[in-house]
Amino acid sequence: MGCVESMDYEIVLRDATFKESRDYIKKTYPEFRDVEPGFKVFDTHVIGLPPIAIGLDGDFVIFPFTKPCHGTFLLRVEDKGEAARLRALKK
Amino acid sequence: MTGEPVTQTATALLVLGCPQVPVQTSIALYLINRLKKAGIVPTVAGNKAANTLLVVADPDRHYLGEVMDLDRAVVMITEKKRDFDRCFVFIHNDAGVTYAGTMSAISKAKVYAVIYGEHYDELVKQIDFPCTTIAAKAVHNPLPLKKAIDEVAPWAA
Repeated sequence: MGCVESMDYEIVLRDATFKESRDYIKKTYPEFRDVEPGFKVFDTHVIGLPPIAIGLDGDFVIFPFTKPCHGTFLLRVEDKGEAARLRALKK
Repeated sequence: MTGEPVTQTATALLVLGCPQVPVQTSIALYLINRLKKAGIVPTVAGNKAANTLLVVADPDRHYLGEVMDLDRAVVMITEKKRDFDRCFVFIHNDAGVTYAGTMSAISKAKVYAVIYGEHYDELVKQIDFPCTTIAAKAVHNPLPLKKAIDEVAPWAA
């Protein structure tokens, strides 16, 4: 998942459990898509307990990023193409 | 062609968590030893620190076999390039539960959630996906977790 570190991202939430992160996305972003673990967001296979909520806010994609020692972060990345691809997924 | 059936060697993946709880490295080596004695080929997947703790402790690889980066293991399993018969996920924090849920979803392996640490009981309650739970309050002393593993005997299942 090295590419995440090289992205221009904003940390929306940190030090939360994965389930808290999922609830945050569903409460904060009216538009979201549920995906399964391993689904590719950007070049990252997303880790999480199914279903994994991916938030959409205009051209921004909000997704969870979990590391063994640091827990789950919610990251917000601007990418028009990726937002459009995710938006095209069935709800 | 001899007509004899081809038997494939059983495999296991050990998914390591953050190595901040001391029992992880000890129990991982113990489990690797038991799996190998049962003819099961173990592979370890962890972050750099967790893997290095094992590699340094076993320089001649008496116990360790293949060791790989955890992110790489997730990619290979997700892309169906590789899978395992058993998957042991070491859990002492929420991230560990998240990785176990991921493995339960992406892998065909029989998943074992190996839960330990000071707050192991709270983590056990978070397991709501198909797996076998092996849990004990173990931080510095690995024996309670070793006992819990021995009772399940996952190498014999």
